[in-house]
Amino acid sequence: MKLFKYAALGTATAVLMGTSAMAAGHGCNVTEGRINIVGNEFPAIQSVAAAAIGCASGIEAESNLTADHQKINVAGMTGNPAEYTSAIVANSSIVALINEDVVRPLDDLIAAYGQDIPTRQLITIDGKVMAVAFMANAQHLVYRSDVLEQIGMDVPTSYEDVLAAAEKIRAEGIMENPVGGAYAAGWNLAEEFVNMYLGTGGAFFEPGTANVSINNEQGVEALEMMKALTAYMNPDYLTHDSNATSAEWEAGNVALMNMWGSRTGVLMDDEGSEEVVYSNTVAGGPLTVGDSGVAASTLWWDGWTVAKNISDEEAAATFQALAHATSPALLNDETMSQAVWLMDGFDAQPVNEGVLATVAAGANPYPMLPFMGLLHTALGDNIADFLQGNESAEQALMDIEAAYTASATEQGFLQ
Amino acid sequence: MKHSTFFWFVLPSAILMLAFIALPIVSIVTQSLYTSHEQVLVTVENCGPFGCTEVTSVDQDATQALKAAEPLGKWAGLDVYKDRNHLAVAEVASAWVNADGLPDFGRTLMNLPFYAALAFTLTYTFIVTPLTIVLGFFIAVAVNAIAKALKGPTIFLTLLPFIVTPLVGSLIIFWMVDARGILGTGLQWLADDPTLSVKASTPLMWIMLMFYGIWHSAPFAFVVFYAGLQTVNTDSLEAAMIDGANRWERIRYVVIPHLFPLVTFVALIQLMDNFRVFEPIVSFSAYAHANSLSIAIFNDLGGETRLLSSAAATSVLTIIGVAILLSPVLVRTYRDFSNPR
Repeated sequence: MKLFKYAALGTATAVLMGTSAMAAGHGCNVTEGRINIVGNEFPAIQSVAAAAIGCASGIEAESNLTADHQKINVAGMTGNPAEYTSAIVANSSIVALINEDVVRPLDDLIAAYGQDIPTRQLITIDGKVMAVAFMANAQHLVYRSDVLEQIGMDVPTSYEDVLAAAEKIRAEGIMENPVGGAYAAGWNLAEEFVNMYLGTGGAFFEPGTANVSINNEQGVEALEMMKALTAYMNPDYLTHDSNATSAEWEAGNVALMNMWGSRTGVLMDDEGSEEVVYSNTVAGGPLTVGDSGVAASTLWWDGWTVAKNISDEEAAATFQALAHATSPALLNDETMSQAVWLMDGFDAQPVNEGVLATVAAGANPYPMLPFMGLLHTALGDNIADFLQGNESAEQALMDIEAAYTASATEQGFLQ
Repeated sequence: MKHSTFFWFVLPSAILMLAFIALPIVSIVTQSLYTSHEQVLVTVENCGPFGCTEVTSVDQDATQALKAAEPLGKWAGLDVYKDRNHLAVAEVASAWVNADGLPDFGRTLMNLPFYAALAFTLTYTFIVTPLTIVLGFFIAVAVNAIAKALKGPTIFLTLLPFIVTPLVGSLIIFWMVDARGILGTGLQWLADDPTLSVKASTPLMWIMLMFYGIWHSAPFAFVVFYAGLQTVNTDSLEAAMIDGANRWERIRYVVIPHLFPLVTFVALIQLMDNFRVFEPIVSFSAYAHANSLSIAIFNDLGGETRLLSSAAATSVLTIIGVAILLSPVLVRTYRDFSNPR
């Protein structure tokens, strides 16, 4: 018992020394103000938040990382003073914060403390820097090399190839439902449509306005391709989100799927699946659909913001801590494979290849428009009816446009 | 009772009811009559790690000025209620004119989100409520008849579905009815159809949700009726036995009339609860097959852009729905109390 106590004490001391050494060693030491970060919960963001909090010496510093961050960040930054001094967001969720006017432009803070941040990490809207990005993410093909070898086919580069390969895998009796995908009705399903529609070369809105325009040939093509894919999916696909799809993959039931780059690490490690599954899991490039030549995927960044309704002192503290936490100082053996980092000194790992290939293929970034969230919701609510065969593609697209128009009118985007 | 005594006696509850019932209702009614201001849109250049693009954005200064001038928002009257995502007045009217017979009108109606949600909510309410009451009653009669030593443990086990958190209980059933779960595989074996999947079929999903609803709330009805059974007058039961009534006749003519006020009570609570059906749809990931009014409110508030007026309008419509549903029961209760037999 005594021995255990000493051991615990020793570990605690080592941890404390480690933290202070880290804080002192990299020249980040924030002594005034307050830091409180709200953000999503996955390993890369946990590393960033921990590094930012490590900068605080003698001041209040905490973080609230949760999958429900979008439901609380606006509310937590609206008050004055705001509860959260920073929200970690992505290109879809930053628009809600900008629409509500709760984040501040960072130009003066960059001039004072952020001269080292490379321009490519700065998210500029109308000439003002509103966020600093630190990682990239995208969906891309993930495939089982052993299964493709067994059927003697090359790695698919288009969804048409995926259908051909899936047919052959099924015909040879290797797997009953070889295609996977996060097709759960709601946000996930809408995201798959966004990918597919951009891949057909479609545009969501009439330029310069909030008028939606997806009821067209490309819209039908995107929906038809999604339906063709579902024929090779587990019949429960409308309930499978990214987590359930990953579980199907790890169970060895799926050989081809479009999946988030940030999740491939979990699929390729030796936890949760048999050796034959994880050692043959490979991250491929983005897929195309039809002959438009555009990758059917969207590029995402994750970055941090600074709240508007806080004192300048608190803003400076938050900025300095997060600037340090997303500098090359963050990168080490443990954090290197957690994400496709945008900082200098990032050394790509095999799990990151899919995202890098998607960036290289020139995929579109997810549209950073104030009304895109409303369209995303309308998509998520109405596509399932078409996939289940209850209505035609044109009817589904008409429903989506009507649902979007009603909510965009309510929000004042349409007059 | 003196008027002043009565006043001081009810004052605390009156204040609490005002603060926690009346004020929130006033607040959502007000909210539902206003919408966001017109957003001033401008085209700006956005730059980031993936290059620069020309995009439409909100002119914050101009929009904030509008907001500051009228913080409640823009007066919309009943516009939000009438739009496609709620009562869809214009769409229903045009469907009525253009429809090719009633079934076609029904199909168009079911394609509108509010009516689709209402259809499931009402079906759920009217199937789950009576079955809960009947099942709860029979469990109560059965438990009342078993040996004393076994009663305690039996009551505890019977109450379990009600004690389990709804989200957790439905998640457990969700995985059991999965195509590879124990119930899902069992169903495939029973139906002799290896491709049968509860989660992929709308009718099976509706049955599943209602089955869950009954499973979860039957213990509530049971425990109320069980308490009622303890107060049945044994003299009347014995008199009925002497008159030659069998067990069923004793239940039909003595027990059920005695318990009838409790049926009203359970029906009242269950109608309100079932009309607000929410958790099972979330845990069964049933959005593709079933929607309810509560789910619509949740989605309005949980999206990246919060639709406050829309959520408020759906809430007001839910309150109106509950009021309509409860009115027959309330009228009956009122009559019972105002004409004492």
